[in-house]
Amino acid sequence: MKAFAELYQRLDSTTKTTAKVDALIAYLESANALDQAWAIYFLLGNKLKPSVPTKALRTAAIEAAQIPERLFEETYQWVGDLAETIANIIPASRRLEHGSLSEWIELYYQPLSRVELAEQVKLLLDCWQRLDAQQRFVFNKLLTGNLRVGVNARLITKAIAEWSSIDVDLIAHRLTGQWRPTTEAMSQLLEKGSEAKSPSQPYPFCLAHSLPANFEATLDPQDFYAEWKWDGIRAQLIRRNATTFIWSRGEELLAGRFPEIESAAAGLEDGVVLDGEILAWRDKAPLPFSELQRRIQRKSVSKKLMQEVPVRFIAFDVLEHQAVDIRSLAFEQRRAVLEALIAKNYPESAEVSQTICVNQTRTAATWSELALQRDQAREVRAEGVMIKRKDSRYETGRVTGAWWKWKLDPFTVDAVLIYAQRGHGRRASLYTDYTFAVWSDGVLVPFAKAYSGLTDDEIRVVDRWIRANTLQKFGPVHEVKPHWVMEIAFENVQLSTRHKSGVAVRFPRIVRIRDDKKIEDADRLQSILELVAARQG
Amino acid sequence: MARFQHLLQVTPAGLYCPAGDFYIDPWRSVNRAIITHAHSDHARSGSAHYLAADPSKSLLQLRLGMDIDLQTLPYGESLTLGEAVVTFFPAGHILGAAQIRIEHRGQIALITGDYKLQTDATCTPWEPVACHLMVTESTFGLPVFHWPSTAQIIDEVILWWQENQHAKRTSVVFAYSVGKAQRILMELSQRSSGLGPVWLHGAMLGPMRAYRDSGVKLPEYESASSAPSGTDFSSALIIAPPSAQQSPWMNRFKEVSVASASGWMAIRGTRRRRNLDRGFVLSDHVDWGDLNRAVDLCNPEELWVTHGFSETFARYQNEKGRNALPLKTEFQGEVDGEEVQA
Ligand SMILES: [Zn+2]
Ligand SMILES: [Zn+2]
Repeated sequence: MKAFAELYQRLDSTTKTTAKVDALIAYLESANALDQAWAIYFLLGNKLKPSVPTKALRTAAIEAAQIPERLFEETYQWVGDLAETIANIIPASRRLEHGSLSEWIELYYQPLSRVELAEQVKLLLDCWQRLDAQQRFVFNKLLTGNLRVGVNARLITKAIAEWSSIDVDLIAHRLTGQWRPTTEAMSQLLEKGSEAKSPSQPYPFCLAHSLPANFEATLDPQDFYAEWKWDGIRAQLIRRNATTFIWSRGEELLAGRFPEIESAAAGLEDGVVLDGEILAWRDKAPLPFSELQRRIQRKSVSKKLMQEVPVRFIAFDVLEHQAVDIRSLAFEQRRAVLEALIAKNYPESAEVSQTICVNQTRTAATWSELALQRDQAREVRAEGVMIKRKDSRYETGRVTGAWWKWKLDPFTVDAVLIYAQRGHGRRASLYTDYTFAVWSDGVLVPFAKAYSGLTDDEIRVVDRWIRANTLQKFGPVHEVKPHWVMEIAFENVQLSTRHKSGVAVRFPRIVRIRDDKKIEDADRLQSILELVAARQG
Repeated sequence: MARFQHLLQVTPAGLYCPAGDFYIDPWRSVNRAIITHAHSDHARSGSAHYLAADPSKSLLQLRLGMDIDLQTLPYGESLTLGEAVVTFFPAGHILGAAQIRIEHRGQIALITGDYKLQTDATCTPWEPVACHLMVTESTFGLPVFHWPSTAQIIDEVILWWQENQHAKRTSVVFAYSVGKAQRILMELSQRSSGLGPVWLHGAMLGPMRAYRDSGVKLPEYESASSAPSGTDFSSALIIAPPSAQQSPWMNRFKEVSVASASGWMAIRGTRRRRNLDRGFVLSDHVDWGDLNRAVDLCNPEELWVTHGFSETFARYQNEKGRNALPLKTEFQGEVDGEEVQA
């Protein structure tokens, strides 16, 4: 326990990654396999189950310190942490025990977890006598199930890889899934060269970043595939040894929760791992997440619930094919494998109600084209779109550059139509290109140009009105009577000296006509700037 | 409180003894001030006459100026002021720190000032004084404060210093420039001498001289500011006042590990808030156990608690059957649990 408490202290007293990695390596260096396994278990965020009730800890602490309960409470109030209050309130001990972390779990925690409160108090008093304050603190944290010390899986993976000289991706892969604090788990983790793994072993998930502010200047849309970003449960579907395993992103086995997916997966060939999203789905669209939640909460599902909330697995990637890890193939190639695989395993794939299906991708020449698609996300009940690099490998964790998420939550304002111009191509005879204005100091200042978003019927109505209400013409541009209020969506707005209004708006488009609003109800420029500033704050 | 009216009263200027017409550690200008010790929250300028224990003379002159009217008295010797007899007893807090015993018509009051029971080679150890009324500090008057032994803490300091030397990092310890700094340096100098170079912050030089002038056998160290340019501090230990942590003075050291030596370091939250790499639990005040021990040894009929967790500790003493009350905030001390820099 002493070595682990020292590790905790070293991790706790620095914010530097290198210092944390050094501390972890020093611990791994000195501990035996079982202690290493337990340390990894706790640092990955796992808890002892069951935890010891805080009531037992409080009662024992008050007894050990021989102080009134109210003094204990006042002290706890001041310190603010129960484990620490107790660690420090108990008088120094003279019979320290040199047991290691795993010995403490086995010899002290396990008996503690099996007895009634009164007996727990007695055992705690004995435990605390065998530890110094720092060890008591860490031990209490373990008992109450909240050892938080500012390390994440990535950092632990890095330390283990550095210490064992095993490839960092391999360690990450082997650490994924449920970590069991056993010497066997430890020796599997450190096995050299061999890829031997349990059939249920998932891969670490690739995670996406939000698009950076200046993405359309730095990223070429042609390098990417776009696909719907669904609001369901991210999951890996594993088919190995004729058995199906479903893992959530939280690295929890979802066995038994989605029987229809499991039985559909029985049709998959062996040696396949798919990455995708589980969604509650009826007819042509997903059901709200709250419906899906009804399914997650049950360990076993009734027939009735399965009928009320049908689910499907929408695959968007394949990580293993023919029992080979293909994560280093380009996304483009993996997509081809995925599509062929699903087509082969489910020949009747035209069927819409299919339980295991493929997420469709699309490409676009410009970002505005994709912005438009993204705006339709609401209609198909998606969260937005994912932008994935065609030539990227399947990364471990959150790596910048491969996957981007572009969620649906643009800014919207109500603006007034002030200028109109004829459109191009198919709509060349109609007035379809509009300039919108917002209020600034009592005048309408031009704010954004938008060409799209209205239906053909709406365009015809507005076109007719424009012809009848033109105030004056500047070449092809008609100035019209302020009358129409429309809701405009856009990505961002920035101060700009090149624009009359003093602002530049990105990807403006029309959401809908606001018949219910008068021009006085349109937004003010100042409040738009504040809104944007606040969200970016 | 009324019972000891003639001995001690709480006034806007501080604790006042009517029988002897003097104040103890007043925070306003008064005619006669008795000073428990030379920390800034106890020794303030502006009074006409000062009285303090002998060994605090140099430190008080350093803080209040050479021109103050200062009379000193050895520990254990008595002086009659008005109708009161005043005697100083060692408080063990810093060099020259005194507990003040006041006797009047057979009634004895003891004002502890700041004190500790732990050993400290730079000052005379604390002594219990039997009294009817005891006024005690309670800076660390919560049961979570239990000081490890000084030897253990010094071991930790040395280990940390050696680890830093190994990693070529300068070791910087923040400690109060009067008392704590000397205590650490004395402990280190009594260990093996070959530990490595020690440098001080400029603010430490005055108090160091005052200690040596008073006969404390401290080695001489130089200010890091006076080091020739290009000096390699990577194996050095630097002692600096806490205020130096955010100052540009720190820029002269390349890679550093920063630590603080204070009783507050026992609390994880304080360590983290202060952005320290290490915290050494080393205090010049009594911890919970010693506070209770001291009260039991002096065994007063009435206990006034000031300076810190007054309410909580007074109530605890009441629960144990002693007549105790908190002196609210009239006594201005270590504000909000932050020790005022000495
Ligand atoms: Zn003091
Ligand atoms: Zn003080």
